Amino acid sequence: MKTKLSAENLEISFGTKEVLKKINVSFNEHEITALIGPSGCGKSTLLRSFNRMHDLSPDAKITGLLKLENLDLYDRAIPVTEIRKRIGMVFQKANPFPKSIYENIAYGLKINNLPHGKEVIEKALREAFLWDEVKNDLKMPATRLSGGQQQRLCIARAVALRPEVILMDEPCSALDPVSTLKIEELISHLKEKYTIVIVTHNMQQAQRIADKTVFMYLGEVKEEGETSQIFNAPKNEMTLNYINGNFG
Amino acid sequence: MKFKTRLSLDVAFKYIFKITGLLVLAALGGILAMLVYNSFSFFLDVKPLDFITGLEWNPTGKTPKYGMLPLILSTTLVTFGAMVIAIPLGIGTAAFIAEYASPKLKNILKPVIEMLAAVPSVVIGFLGIVLVGPGIADLASLPNGLNALNGAILLAVMALPTIITVAEDAIHAVPKTYKEASYGVGATKWQTLCRVVIPAAAPGIIAAVMLGVGRAIGETMTVLMATGNASLLPEGMFDSVKTMTATIAIEMGEVPYQTTHYFALYAIATVLFFMTLIANLVGEFFINRFRKYHAA
Ligand SMILES: Nc1ncnc2c1ncn2[C@@H]1O[C@H](COP(=O)(O)OP(=O)(O)O)[C@@H](O)[C@H]1O
Ligand SMILES: [Mg+2]
Repeated sequence: MKTKLSAENLEISFGTKEVLKKINVSFNEHEITALIGPSGCGKSTLLRSFNRMHDLSPDAKITGLLKLENLDLYDRAIPVTEIRKRIGMVFQKANPFPKSIYENIAYGLKINNLPHGKEVIEKALREAFLWDEVKNDLKMPATRLSGGQQQRLCIARAVALRPEVILMDEPCSALDPVSTLKIEELISHLKEKYTIVIVTHNMQQAQRIADKTVFMYLGEVKEEGETSQIFNAPKNEMTLNYINGNFG
Repeated sequence: MKFKTRLSLDVAFKYIFKITGLLVLAALGGILAMLVYNSFSFFLDVKPLDFITGLEWNPTGKTPKYGMLPLILSTTLVTFGAMVIAIPLGIGTAAFIAEYASPKLKNILKPVIEMLAAVPSVVIGFLGIVLVGPGIADLASLPNGLNALNGAILLAVMALPTIITVAEDAIHAVPKTYKEASYGVGATKWQTLCRVVIPAAAPGIIAAVMLGVGRAIGETMTVLMATGNASLLPEGMFDSVKTMTATIAIEMGEVPYQTTHYFALYAIATVLFFMTLIANLVGEFFINRFRKYHAA
């Protein structure tokens, strides 16, 4: 398997607060990797370092090497907008723009000077399993969709740019079980084309969809491996305690 | 304190606040009633339509003329001019403060702008006479600079603090998740500001503008000092104008009590009252839409 995304000796602090310590982790192409661990252990912080979302926090300090294949993600010669186009993101709370469904997809395409005709929009919506539900209401404000539909719209928005990697930060945490299963099915389907890293608090979800699982604790990666190995035969005692619900 | 005294104090204050609240309402109602009552006396002499559409305002002539169109146009011209200047400046400054300024600069800019709101209008009018007016006269080779443009510039300065403060609040209140979504698809800061943040803040920004309009329409001292007060039909920004507010302020002191002219000033005030009311209602409408949108 080819490594798509990797972090070497990554350390992140906000002001004086150290959040990530010496992280070494890599994610394979066309695989789904789940990031698990108790709240506040730094999963979101790790995820957001790959598409340089921390550029928005003036007090974030980042050291180490982050790479998309051989590309240094923090190389000053590469525009951050280019990186975010290649590494898409889906957020914890569905955040469609206060615009129409159509415009929600078209926005990113226009911003990046890509074709944004109806076929392109349709293709993205189909890929996110949303087309049949919204094809007659493309002009409708996206905020009128249900929570699950909104999150699939956000996935369509990311997919429309044909990224290489999609980062997902607890994309189902605000959704009901039916919507959650639908999105899981979608994510499993998307891995054929994209590399996916997903943060989740749902142990069943990780086992249902993830090829690999990474367990984090207090800013460190404690264990990583095949999902079945992590859940059935964890090597680290803390992993065992966490997946058994003894803390978190 | 004993429980009983505490309880009776509670009741007493309830009534005191109720009375003060009602007093404010009564004062407002009283003002409106007085305006309308006196306007009626005027409309017994002059038909409302002739009043609104008349092209000449000359209440002290041999045959008095009570056409207030020049006054309405003057007020509109000055207000409109002020907004053309203040809207782009105000929104630009608000966006700068909310999105670009460092926290340190923000802490200087915000109080300074609020201080600008505290400059008395007579001081701004004075600046219009000694500074802005002569400047306009020089640049446009006019005999003097006391004209609509002068008034518009000064009113813009006066409306700016309101517009900036309210618009900045609106821009600041745009959820961070919208911005993250925009950056997440590769947008730059500028694209995010223009295409996501400002449209999302639009209701609040429109409210800011309407509040600025209300401020400009009602302002008296500044325009009285700075616009030359010629009650002819204005043809452009370089013409001297006499706004509705200035007309009332100037003529009220000299007019014989309870004459047609006296009542005419009340009629002007009533029209002005409704113009400001409309501006405020429109502003209020957008503020409410803004709130609703944020609850969602
Ligand atoms: N921008 C920031 N500024 C300061 N502290 C932050 C910031 N982002 C995250 N943190 C801190 O980093 C720690 C890890 O947060 P996070 O990565 O969100 O955890 P998780 O996603 O695993 O729940 C938390 O203690 C949080 O308070
Ligand atoms: Mg998180």
